[in-house]
Amino acid sequence: MGADTMYRSPSYLGVFLTFARNSLVRDMTFRANFIIDTISSISWMIMNLGFYALVYRETTSIAGWDKYQFFVFISTTMFVNSLVQAFFMPNAEELSEQVRTGGLDFALLKPIDTQFLVSLRKVAWSSFGNFFVALILLAYSVPRIQGLELTAWQFVLYPLYVVMGVMILYSVMIALAATSIWLGRNQTLYDFWFYITNFSRYPMEIYDGTWGTPLRQVFTFIVPILVVINVPARLMAKPLTRENLWMAGFGLLATVASVLASRWIFNRALLSYRSASS
Amino acid sequence: MLARAATWWTIFKICVEERLVYRGDFALGTLMRFLPIVTQIFLWTAVFASAGTGSIQGFTREDVVAYYLLTMLARAFSSMPGLASGIARQVREGEIKKFLIQPIDLISYLLLSRIAHKVVYYLIATAPFALVFYLCRDYFPGWPPLDIFLAFVYSLMMSFLLGFFMEATMGMIAFWFLEVSSLLFVHMLFVFFFSGHMFPLEFLPEPWKTIIDYTPFPYLAYFPSVVFLQKVEGAALVRGLILLTAWTVGFMVLCRLSMNAGYRRYSGYGG
Repeated sequence: MGADTMYRSPSYLGVFLTFARNSLVRDMTFRANFIIDTISSISWMIMNLGFYALVYRETTSIAGWDKYQFFVFISTTMFVNSLVQAFFMPNAEELSEQVRTGGLDFALLKPIDTQFLVSLRKVAWSSFGNFFVALILLAYSVPRIQGLELTAWQFVLYPLYVVMGVMILYSVMIALAATSIWLGRNQTLYDFWFYITNFSRYPMEIYDGTWGTPLRQVFTFIVPILVVINVPARLMAKPLTRENLWMAGFGLLATVASVLASRWIFNRALLSYRSASS
Repeated sequence: MLARAATWWTIFKICVEERLVYRGDFALGTLMRFLPIVTQIFLWTAVFASAGTGSIQGFTREDVVAYYLLTMLARAFSSMPGLASGIARQVREGEIKKFLIQPIDLISYLLLSRIAHKVVYYLIATAPFALVFYLCRDYFPGWPPLDIFLAFVYSLMMSFLLGFFMEATMGMIAFWFLEVSSLLFVHMLFVFFFSGHMFPLEFLPEPWKTIIDYTPFPYLAYFPSVVFLQKVEGAALVRGLILLTAWTVGFMVLCRLSMNAGYRRYSGYGG
């Protein structure tokens, strides 16, 4: 950057930490609310876990996943979802509102990357409750998987692929939110998001047969949401499966492609933004 | 009497029109609500394939799918989104005062407006429901005999009333505690898990299944569904219908009593 530049490029980390601190201050101001939010998101997941505990009373495996392998799958879901909900969910929801009210003007005026600004403005700290429940569940389940020999690279790759999963979901979410610039209002965004990601919360092996196989292919290769949970969960719970090698490679590819595609969609959408305020 | 009927008719009409404003969002939302059924079908197909048995706790794979579809139908009757929290908000913000001044009964007003909302909902939701049920017709064992079908219709109607009066009673608690959102959340969790919305309650281990049978929760989704599938017959069916009726009447009375008690201790906050 030249010496005569008008402004210094902002420190993205510094800005993000400020956002995180502000959010924490706000969350702590309404402490009872914070606790209720934390408990409620944890109870949803525990109920979900209870459901599978009941199902595993009737069968020893689901599509090749035994009980504790599946619990690893569930804790992976919890990790990814808690991170997405903590960092991106409140912001994506607000984006549609900002488009509708014209508040996006302020974000566009700031000397910082707009996508960064609208994606990370708020951190929902209460969503981290599930992160810790997931840690406990993972620590409980992994040693109970029969015949699983842990290696060091699993502990390197697992968090890495969890983060990649978060990036893929973020891309889908910001692309969906960006459509609200075109559509004016996107009230059912949250619903749509929920129903789409619903497909990602199951092992990909269950999508089988006349309808299942094409569905699996669509959600692997076109909108890669099946990669999100399946790849890290497999790396941890079933490290010796042969498909893991190409899946790990494909996961990396899918992450890069999703992020780039969503960035492109976001920027295209911004071009058609017309301020809504009077 | 006639003037009164005219009042209620007007309220009903206003509520219908209010609801029709959002019809587009509504129809789309209803159709999307069936998407999780798709994953449920795949999940249960995998479960039954892995279990290697034709039936689990008396349910075949087809039964489970039909069961999920039927619970969605039952929940279309018994779920009351925003009812309890709406009453709580009205109490907190003082809006409830208008029912103390105007010659309109709060519970009847809420019931009427809820019926209006539901009627509109059924008008719009019938098409997506019919489509999905038609597409999934092979999962159903066929129409039950007439008497069973009548019991099914009765249980749906009563589940609407039970859902309404249960939720309204929860809302009345706001007269005692101004902030009831956490309480409502706990209630919602119980409803979600024990109404059988997530899984057929047969999957619960004993003694939980027996205990849950005596609570009002199964009647909100589980009971109408198993009646249709003829999983509960004879004496058990009669007993279920009696319990459902008893719970409904019980909550009807409790709702009225708590409203009256609440009115007596209410002091009008807010402008």
